[in-house]
Amino acid sequence: MNKFLMSGNSIIGEAAIRAGCRFYAGYPITPQNELTEYMAEHMRNAEGGIFIQSESEIAAINMIAGASVAGARVMTSSSGPGISLKQEGISSMAACELPGVIVNIMRGGPGLGNIRPSQGDYFQATRGGGHGDYRTIVFGPATCQELADLTMDAFDLADKYRTPVMILADGMMGQMMEPVVFKKPKPRQYSNDFILRGAGEGKSKFIHGLILDAIDMEEHNWKLARKYGVITENETRHEEHKIDDADLTIVAYGTAARIAKGAIKRLREHNRKVGLFRPITLWPFPELQLRALSQKIKNFLVFEMSTGQMLEDVRLALQGYATVWFHGRPGGAVPTPAELANVVARYYDKKD
Amino acid sequence: MTKTIFKRPKSLKENIFHYCPGCGHSIAHRLIAEIIDEMEIRGVTIGVPPAGCAVLAYNYFDVDMIEAPHGRGPAMASGIKRVLLDRFVFSYQGDGDLAAIGIAESFHAANRGENITVIFINNAVYGMTGGQMAPTTMLEQRTTTTPSGRHKILDGYPVKVCELLSNLKGVTYAQRCSVTSPLNINKTKKAIRKAFQCQRDKLGFSLVEILSPCPTNWKMNPIESCKWIDNVMSKEFPLGVFKDNTAPAHKEAEAV
Repeated sequence: MNKFLMSGNSIIGEAAIRAGCRFYAGYPITPQNELTEYMAEHMRNAEGGIFIQSESEIAAINMIAGASVAGARVMTSSSGPGISLKQEGISSMAACELPGVIVNIMRGGPGLGNIRPSQGDYFQATRGGGHGDYRTIVFGPATCQELADLTMDAFDLADKYRTPVMILADGMMGQMMEPVVFKKPKPRQYSNDFILRGAGEGKSKFIHGLILDAIDMEEHNWKLARKYGVITENETRHEEHKIDDADLTIVAYGTAARIAKGAIKRLREHNRKVGLFRPITLWPFPELQLRALSQKIKNFLVFEMSTGQMLEDVRLALQGYATVWFHGRPGGAVPTPAELANVVARYYDKKD
Repeated sequence: MTKTIFKRPKSLKENIFHYCPGCGHSIAHRLIAEIIDEMEIRGVTIGVPPAGCAVLAYNYFDVDMIEAPHGRGPAMASGIKRVLLDRFVFSYQGDGDLAAIGIAESFHAANRGENITVIFINNAVYGMTGGQMAPTTMLEQRTTTTPSGRHKILDGYPVKVCELLSNLKGVTYAQRCSVTSPLNINKTKKAIRKAFQCQRDKLGFSLVEILSPCPTNWKMNPIESCKWIDNVMSKEFPLGVFKDNTAPAHKEAEAV
């Protein structure tokens, strides 16, 4: 297999095209511009590839919704403020059960914030984000290789469950370069029944999220909820790193998990047995897997580049069975592994 | 021997319209369905209904449809059309949908010269939500959010969509019509045919604005409503062709 040295943003674009994405719409925003530019450059070389620079993130999400219902594999990308604008459309795609991939290369927030790497959009991503009772599958890649693999998987899951899937990375992941191997994409499996191409001689179809009857709308909500239940059962992913002998486990995802691995190396050099639990799917959160760990490990430290968002999911998962500490650096501040190692060492030394 | 001279278009389902008596939506629906029948494009047409009174248009049109979020019809239609170049794609939008919340999507779909047709129902009011001010509400017109009449200093001026969009090079065809009389209805039907033909010829963006009565929210009877369009509304929004680049001389398509 050939290895490619590429930046994270370009890797997402290349993986998407290889996965059969043939419609991309997006609006410039830092730190994800290289992805939009990659799609502009390379979509035209892909057979049937369509690129539109939209007038807004709102237009972009609705363009991909249209292209999705017309049968294309679709993607859009943005960063924090632009993702906020897309929420109306993401909610609508979830309601209409339209597949599509949305990439959020997170930056510091709230508001315009800054363009530094951050993880402040965890709540928005994992709680649905827009209005109404829905969820999106959320991947939190931590390496460029994972950006490639999970982007391809995102398209498959979007089709399989007919739901929007989000890649939640940050400015660090988007900008860094690492060698990657692109795996062979699976052939697309998506029924024509869900595609609008004109009724032909047959019965016309309509797709809508407006369901005025309360009981019908309730049933649609339960139908979505059952789907989310199946996703939770089958698609939850996580990584355990140096867990076996650990007395304390860091819980971190994405860039924060990379920093945590560096910190763990330092901590272990000083005989502090620290491991890492890294959610790969942020929704569904690997709740049961984390809870199972609390049978043998009683000390957890959540590390995020935020004021503590995934922290709530960790607490819910552990249900008081273990001690949960937190260290966070919000607003675009990125701590070094040495800083994190110092913080963790303090907690490690005062644990029971 | 009997001969059928008037029947329900095949592209309209049997459902009874939920629209109020005297509302222009039902006439507009029928005209679009007649054109779809006459051009024999029922099986290759995809419609995008809006949020607003026409949100239930998919209960009436017997063509494939997907409902767009409020104002986003032209963006969604752009996505559909770019993937399905040989299909007919139209969005159906009200004045709030097109000229307020969706002005950006409409403006830029028009500016890109997307090869789609926009049917724009202008009734100078937000119908479904109960008669609030629309971007096309007339000055001095009373609505539930302009109880003493639309005031130019406080509320701005009526937005003239045909005038605005016909300035864009991407727009091939733009006409404003009304449905207040058999004559005007026939003109509107011709305009809709021309718009769909423009799409068939891959000439780019086509827009048909229809001044349409809303007796319920105007608090008039249907006949008064039609007269108000003829005597008042069409002074502010003059009927006519604002742009027509569909002639052979212009047929170097700007469309995708």
